[in-house]
Amino acid sequence: MTVAVVQFGGSNCDRDAVRALQYLDIDAERVWHKDGLPADTTGVVIPGGFSYGDYLRAGAMAARSPIMQDVRDAAADGTPVLGVCNGAQIGCESGLTEGAFTTNKSARFQCEHVHLRVERADTPWTEQFEEGDVIEIPIAHGEGRFEITEERYDELVANDRVLFRYCDADGNVTDEANPNGSTHNVAGILGERDSVAVLMPHPERATLPDVGGTDGETILHGFRA
Amino acid sequence: MTAYTATVTVRLKRGVLDPEAETTKQALERLGFDLSALRSADRFEIDLDAADADEAEERAESMAERLLANPTIHDYEVSAVEAEEPA
Repeated sequence: MTVAVVQFGGSNCDRDAVRALQYLDIDAERVWHKDGLPADTTGVVIPGGFSYGDYLRAGAMAARSPIMQDVRDAAADGTPVLGVCNGAQIGCESGLTEGAFTTNKSARFQCEHVHLRVERADTPWTEQFEEGDVIEIPIAHGEGRFEITEERYDELVANDRVLFRYCDADGNVTDEANPNGSTHNVAGILGERDSVAVLMPHPERATLPDVGGTDGETILHGFRA
Repeated sequence: MTAYTATVTVRLKRGVLDPEAETTKQALERLGFDLSALRSADRFEIDLDAADADEAEERAESMAERLLANPTIHDYEVSAVEAEEPA
């Protein structure tokens, strides 16, 4: 009964993720990518950071490391998988989820609190929310602009794969509330199964009350099977 | 087998925003250059041994599909020529 937080060279949110999960009484441990997923893995976090120094494209190298085949197999079997920030980039690069996260419209690294509108409230990550709820979680990324072809975007929407959108404090999805130029304000999406999700904002940074804001806690509750 | 150099050029699809290229264009304009647009691309040069240029291109294309390009946002071009003799 352990959530494996996969650590690559250059991951830097792995400890935060373990600490946030343990705070929620969810057993979690860091797993070095070369060691593969432990047999008792009950969930997987692909944490934020700058794996492989963002060489080629953010997430491109980690996505092709052998442990990601383990992660895809686990995801296909229904094991909950959450990719955060660099983990979201890795998730898209590895085919766990559609689309790509690329350079912010501002061409700058952005570190700020954002509002997200919950688009699906019937997934393991959002079941304590109502659809349309607004939550506040920090972002910290230079390459978080969600890109996808219009045709694939239509499929995402038709298949209810959009989990979160950037919005203002009142839940309005506007250009002004879109921090990085993401296509249709998409901040987080689901994989083929609802138990697989990636998002650019950091729920583990909005879980411990001492750090300010606990809206991320509910997302991490998705690991409570 | 012959030594070839395959070149893979990866660029953003038309219509995909390129904030870095836009920033570079603005910097050129600040330096006084007159330009109407700027696009950037990544170019990979791959030395490999192959039976002929077609095989070299095929292998480089496969590398582009598997890693060098991301089909969601990129187009790519591949070409291969016999490698130059080391000087």
